[in-house]
Amino acid sequence: MSLQTPSPDLDVGETPEGLDFDALADLLDEHVLEREQHINTEGFVVRPDEVETVLATLKREAGFDHCSCVTAQQYQDRYESIYHLKKYKDPTQELSIVVPTPSDAPLSQSATSVYETTNWHEREAYDLVGIEYDDHSDLRRILLPETWQGHPLGLDYNQKKPQVVPLREHANPVEEKTKVPGESDTMFVNIGPHHPATHGVLHLKTVLDGEQVVDVDPDIGYLHRCEEQMCQQSTYRHQIMPYPDRWDYISAGILNEWAYARTAETMADIEVPEYAQILRTMSAEMCRIAAHLLAIGTFALDIYGDFTAIFMYAITDRERVQNLLEDLTGQRLMFNYLRLGGTAWDLPEPRDQYFEKVREFCSYIPERLEEYHNLLSSNELFQMRVMDTGILPPEEAKNYGCTGPVARGSGVDYDLRRDDPYGYYPELDFDVITDDGCDNFSRALVRLEEMRESAKIIEQCVDALEDYPEDEREIQANVPRTLKPDPDTEIYKAVEAAKGELGIYMRADGTDKPARFKIRSPAFSNLQSLEIMAEGEYVPDMIAALGSLDIVLGEVDR
Amino acid sequence: MSKDQQLHDTLEQAQTNGSTQSDRMGSGADERFNSKLRQAFGSTPFILTKFDKFMNWVRGNSMFMLLFGIACCSIEMMHTYATKHDLDRFGAGVPRASPRQADVIIVPGTIVSKFGPRMKRVYDQMPEPKFVVSMGSCTISGGPFQEGYNVVKGVEEIIPVDIHVPGCPPRPEALVYGVLKLQEQIRHGESAPVTVKPYELQQFGDLDRDELVDELAGEIDEEDLVMRYNWADSP
Repeated sequence: MSLQTPSPDLDVGETPEGLDFDALADLLDEHVLEREQHINTEGFVVRPDEVETVLATLKREAGFDHCSCVTAQQYQDRYESIYHLKKYKDPTQELSIVVPTPSDAPLSQSATSVYETTNWHEREAYDLVGIEYDDHSDLRRILLPETWQGHPLGLDYNQKKPQVVPLREHANPVEEKTKVPGESDTMFVNIGPHHPATHGVLHLKTVLDGEQVVDVDPDIGYLHRCEEQMCQQSTYRHQIMPYPDRWDYISAGILNEWAYARTAETMADIEVPEYAQILRTMSAEMCRIAAHLLAIGTFALDIYGDFTAIFMYAITDRERVQNLLEDLTGQRLMFNYLRLGGTAWDLPEPRDQYFEKVREFCSYIPERLEEYHNLLSSNELFQMRVMDTGILPPEEAKNYGCTGPVARGSGVDYDLRRDDPYGYYPELDFDVITDDGCDNFSRALVRLEEMRESAKIIEQCVDALEDYPEDEREIQANVPRTLKPDPDTEIYKAVEAAKGELGIYMRADGTDKPARFKIRSPAFSNLQSLEIMAEGEYVPDMIAALGSLDIVLGEVDR
Repeated sequence: MSKDQQLHDTLEQAQTNGSTQSDRMGSGADERFNSKLRQAFGSTPFILTKFDKFMNWVRGNSMFMLLFGIACCSIEMMHTYATKHDLDRFGAGVPRASPRQADVIIVPGTIVSKFGPRMKRVYDQMPEPKFVVSMGSCTISGGPFQEGYNVVKGVEEIIPVDIHVPGCPPRPEALVYGVLKLQEQIRHGESAPVTVKPYELQQFGDLDRDELVDELAGEIDEEDLVMRYNWADSP
């Protein structure tokens, strides 16, 4: 990693010991009004009309090429947008840019010209909190229906107010206004929200020229079930933990729970016993295998178009891993296994039998992968469909804030398990799979190969668990019955979930519930890049691109 | 008769009915069943009775499900369709992608305000007779998200439901049990009473004029179909 070997091409503020915030503040000079202390990093307060300059400088001079999240919130006396910046080469170098705006005129400069990914994030901030962004090209509601009244995460929102939601499906499909100027024969097609290829309830507003996609506008929010509100009205200690399972519900529950566990544990300064960390790592990797299996299965479903062998194989294999997880956690899908400071319970008895089952599964996965490779990646039909379609160049992937297999399939070597280690990962030996193909094929390939690495990790965890001395098997640290972090502590932490960087921003207000709980969902950012991949391609290639993005609407809409 | 009175009457009817099987069936078989055939065979009730029985038996044993995924429960629904649980064993394993070819809609997940009108539309497009299985706690009451500002408190607010399968999510076994129960119902010629639901699609121009409607008048056409959510009255 770059930190161990100081080289002459260090960014401004980068030192072998970590970030030098003074140097960064000097770089921004008089733009920094104030410096706040967040738990994960420092927050620089800037004026709302200087956002673009500040972010552009940081991106250009200081190498902050990853805007991982934009958090918006309302205080009693002001609104605030926070841009959480990171670097793809080293995500431990973080910086928050805090932009306060007055309560009566919440108008802030948009960052879309610097980071493309902030487009949707700012729309969400406008939708849910009510901050307006100047110069934003397309500031309209994103999650809620366009006729919604009020901003639900604002402080004065009345939830009992009636609402009117239009259906709007009587529009003429070949509508005058959807015609692209200069092109005569364009056609407007709705794909979704009820459509088998959209992996849930995604709505793609597509403009076609012949069979080619001229413009695609994903319309999300058909599964916006207020996850952030739910977490904001639940207590840290126990009530929040069941919700993460339902963000990315494709069996990736424990990976999501870990995102919350890591954030809350860092915030409350809880040390997790090593034994519990091994259990977490093992179960999380099982979840990753299950999630990737479904991604592969449904991708094949999209490409071949029927419930054929690969889908069935993937589901069969998922049953196996779900059985293991059920033995461990007691549930098939919504595990609710992690607790703050540890896990809910130890391995099932008899342990030997369980280890045997897990080992059997770990040796089964590589065998099975050969089969998948035979059926998928070395299948000529499949190759014809997915090679050189849905191209996502690495610079665009970074610009759109893509993470996870989508970024790694574009050759962006970014994996928080290795780059921002947590849990038991530092002790483990595994490779981060990347592929330079940048197309649909590479993304599928990365997922397939990641399963092999996950199996390797699980095996190493089993080794460690087997030899663990019996009297040191601690599954839970000492955690107070009620957690009340100090008022105004702020934190943003992320883990590597199945789809990429799953981050959580929390602000405490001294009570036992978070004052703001913001989820940075990887699928939300990844889905934005669909327009790059799909425009100019044929409709079936767009469907393939969508499948290879592996979005899950629960996480996109939250 | 005013609209409220109408709604009240239908709801009351639905409440007085529904306690026993014969109540739910009402007088004579549900008229949504075999109505064309009923007209054709009108004068020969004996054949018709036998034919009803036969048709119900057929219907129960060859159900075409709608391929309809919403949220977490759809993952378990996929598992139910696929190997191991294999819903096909019960003559119900062919998911159809188009609502016009489907008899049964399994609603697998949370319904939010934006999706409510769409789901109603999909349901309306299915040919009669049609049946609804609501899968998971969200479709019963909103489940863990009941307090959400955007969440419809159960699918029954929008479409009538024949079978509720509780759980978060229900195991595939539970869904199989629910489908079997539905088949049993169909065999006996029952289906849920069709009542006017609290949330209906209606033309914007037909809404009562109030502050909210006046405010939206600029954005929505008179003819646009809309759904009005009165969150305060929701259970």
